[in-house]
Amino acid sequence: MTRKISIPTLVTAVFLAACSSPPERGAKPESERRTAPDFSLKDATGQTVKLSDYRGKVVLLNFWATWCGPCKLEIPWFIDFQRKLKDQGFSVIGVSMDDEGWEAVKPFVSEEGMNYPVVLGNESLSQLYGGIESLPTTFIIDREGKIAAVHIGLVSKTRYEKDLEEVLGGVRSAGNLGAGAGDRGGPR
Amino acid sequence: MLVIWALAPAIVEAQGNLLTVMPPASVQVARGGSAEAKLDMRLRAGFHVNSNTPADEYLIPLRLTWAPGPLKATEVVYPKPETRSYSFSQKPLSVYTGNFVVVTRFHADPNAPAGPGALTGKLSYQACNENTCFPPRTVEVRLPYNVK
Repeated sequence: MTRKISIPTLVTAVFLAACSSPPERGAKPESERRTAPDFSLKDATGQTVKLSDYRGKVVLLNFWATWCGPCKLEIPWFIDFQRKLKDQGFSVIGVSMDDEGWEAVKPFVSEEGMNYPVVLGNESLSQLYGGIESLPTTFIIDREGKIAAVHIGLVSKTRYEKDLEEVLGGVRSAGNLGAGAGDRGGPR
Repeated sequence: MLVIWALAPAIVEAQGNLLTVMPPASVQVARGGSAEAKLDMRLRAGFHVNSNTPADEYLIPLRLTWAPGPLKATEVVYPKPETRSYSFSQKPLSVYTGNFVVVTRFHADPNAPAGPGALTGKLSYQACNENTCFPPRTVEVRLPYNVK
């Protein structure tokens, strides 16, 4: 029996498949990387966080929110990365997309023990990064300030480890990453 | 008390068609009387919204509120939530999935003008699947009524 599948049905199926099991792509070749849009925002302590000031470092730029369960799983991984790799020219920057602002975000940052800069995102920043429609969305930015990898939705800690090892320069970091205390048994 | 189920095929779509609220048919109520309306909600397979009593203080609950009018909402009755485990959460979450119904009980003002009208409500929710979450949304819900 032949069944006809309409285009809207096909598009919906593809979208849902993408949502339920995002492809875990690794870092892009350097020739395909585009410059990460610069921004300047205040962190919880009032300090300015300007992305271009991180030039020369690898940055894991994570868009998240307190109400996002998958984001909450990743945050301990990022705390672990920050602790293990900060001396190798690496930093995580968290961008909270909470509408309630610091009132909601500060207690969360404190409770989770987030050891990296966290700023409040806005629509303008979201648009700069292509329109952040769902969370978590994470960009790995290389030392030249170019986007080496993008992950939309939750991916495994192993995926991040591989990306960071590649973008940081392989050998230097290979021994420092691995299943850390922050991995709470999510997808790997 | 009169109960009228959704009849119209038109739908209110929200957030990339994840949650569909079927518009309810007109509530028929006598002056000074009571009625209830059932909002039929259909959530895309694979997604969940937090229940009205989420398991975590940071999670955003499903919430239905109604603007004041000749019909006063006396109670919003949410369905019994499901307790589901997700790979991203250490503890099970209190959620709604699939099709579910939220009931609102109304009382008509004894001096309410007879005839048709419409109440407006706001439905707030926040949807996720196993891997990703969408920002909280508030959509307007319209409830036609007829006071006899």
